[in-house]
Amino acid sequence: MRNLEEKLKNQARYDALFRRLAQAMGVLVILLVIGVFFTLVKESWPAIKAFGLRFLWTTTWDPINLEFGALPFLVGTLITSFLALAMATPFALAGAIFLGELAPPKVANPVSFVIELLAGIPSVIYGLWALFYLVPLVRYFQMKIGAPPYGLGLFTASLVLAIMILPYAMSVARDVIRLVPQDLKEAAYSLGATRWETIRHVVLPYARSGILAGIVLALGRALGETMAVTMVIGNRSAMPHSIWDLANTMASVIANEFTEATEDVHLAALVEIGLLLFIITVVVNLIARLVIIKTRVR
Amino acid sequence: MKNRIILTVITVLALLPAIPLFLILFQLLKEGLSSLSLDFFLHLPAPPGEPGGGIANALVGTLIIVGLAVLIGVPVSILAGIYLSEYGRHGKLSETIRVCADVLQGVPSIVIGIVAYAWVVKPMGHFSALSGSVALALMMIPVVVRTTEEVLRLVPDILREAALALGVPYWRTVLKVVLPTGMVGVSTGILIAVARIAGETAPLLFTAFGNQFLTLNPLEPMSALPLVIFNYAMSPYEDWWRQAWGASLVLVFMVLGLNIVSRILARKIAGEK
Repeated sequence: MRNLEEKLKNQARYDALFRRLAQAMGVLVILLVIGVFFTLVKESWPAIKAFGLRFLWTTTWDPINLEFGALPFLVGTLITSFLALAMATPFALAGAIFLGELAPPKVANPVSFVIELLAGIPSVIYGLWALFYLVPLVRYFQMKIGAPPYGLGLFTASLVLAIMILPYAMSVARDVIRLVPQDLKEAAYSLGATRWETIRHVVLPYARSGILAGIVLALGRALGETMAVTMVIGNRSAMPHSIWDLANTMASVIANEFTEATEDVHLAALVEIGLLLFIITVVVNLIARLVIIKTRVR
Repeated sequence: MKNRIILTVITVLALLPAIPLFLILFQLLKEGLSSLSLDFFLHLPAPPGEPGGGIANALVGTLIIVGLAVLIGVPVSILAGIYLSEYGRHGKLSETIRVCADVLQGVPSIVIGIVAYAWVVKPMGHFSALSGSVALALMMIPVVVRTTEEVLRLVPDILREAALALGVPYWRTVLKVVLPTGMVGVSTGILIAVARIAGETAPLLFTAFGNQFLTLNPLEPMSALPLVIFNYAMSPYEDWWRQAWGASLVLVFMVLGLNIVSRILARKIAGEK
């Protein structure tokens, strides 16, 4: 009897132990996020102290005289991301409607499968392709219209970003469009609505916030995308004046200069750009999450 | 009539993006296949500018770096997933953990690289494969945590109750009944996460850094396929460009293979339900 009691007691102890261990790992996930934030703040402190808020709106990036302002990169990231979003959204939306509403399952399923596989291709490979095929194409186009024929630059980076985020935005939007209840659509048809009218007045309004969440998530991706952009944007740390200019984004300047930075302030300034990028993407992702939660509640 | 026109426009818009995507695959095959040979897999890189050489060090490096990341990330993720599904389905702590996992998943990979640099490279004083693995583990944790939770939630309560009724303590129920039942799903999650991190370049740039030579020591700088693709693509040597395409093809086969296997597994679960 005594033996059994002891065994039970032991098991209760293991139970508590296992619970604590699992809980600790859960808490670790929280600590990791907090740790990432504080590490970024700590490592960028020399730059925060030296430049203060002026870091955000000055345009000089001079590693020799150690004067750093991040505005050109903020602008570069915003231009490439939003240009990519503007280019990708119409196609993504049309693709989502096509796959979610128009195409028969026999077509839609394999196509969706291929698209999801394409979304998994590493970004460095998109960059390689863009460098050897997209850049000459853009250069040819630039010569035709009389723009400086770099081939590289903001426009090329936006183009490859658009290609990369398209499958992602499309599959989120398609999933939402598929969730629109059949009886709503049938009600529209029974009132004599055409297919397009049903899509326009029933499907799209119903799926609106889900589609929006997909676009915001795609934006979050575009903002942080590094490799493909780094390979084709031209790496010029001055303020861009047109979309044909060579430029840098926040992510690409970190990728390019981090291992070469010898001065502490230079390194700290790069980390501070990382900190800004972290804050921006967290905010964007939380917004997308809120939109999704709002959709679910309805 | 209007209906027809608009639906046609939508279909055309939907199919247009397929062109660049298929071009990428086509050119990858065209350029990549010609550089694949047995030597390419078995040899070390030639000195800069000289033709020939292979990617043996990068292949081994990718396996080691990703393998270490799995060793670091998976136990943490599975336990955290168990906590979310078995102990704290509702409640503030669990909700916070979920939000944090989402936040971590959204952090740009280059920022993860900076953090791994500050956590591992700086204290050690030099680049190392281990720091790259830490970066990749940070990227895979949120994915595996969330899939583990979702899969374990699908395990019917009857199974848990049956085990408990037999007098099995809860922790053993979780490890011997719940986890094995959901194992296919958890493996799917791990495979998806591995497919995602295997192609990551940005977090390795200033952690694993790259290495011209073969090394098995995780405390030394190590090469990896994505690093080779990036460095060779940006180099001025034509033969290295060719090799970058070859390495890309190998990497794509790896990543797509993992994705396809994970999808087949996922379908198997859906079939069992």
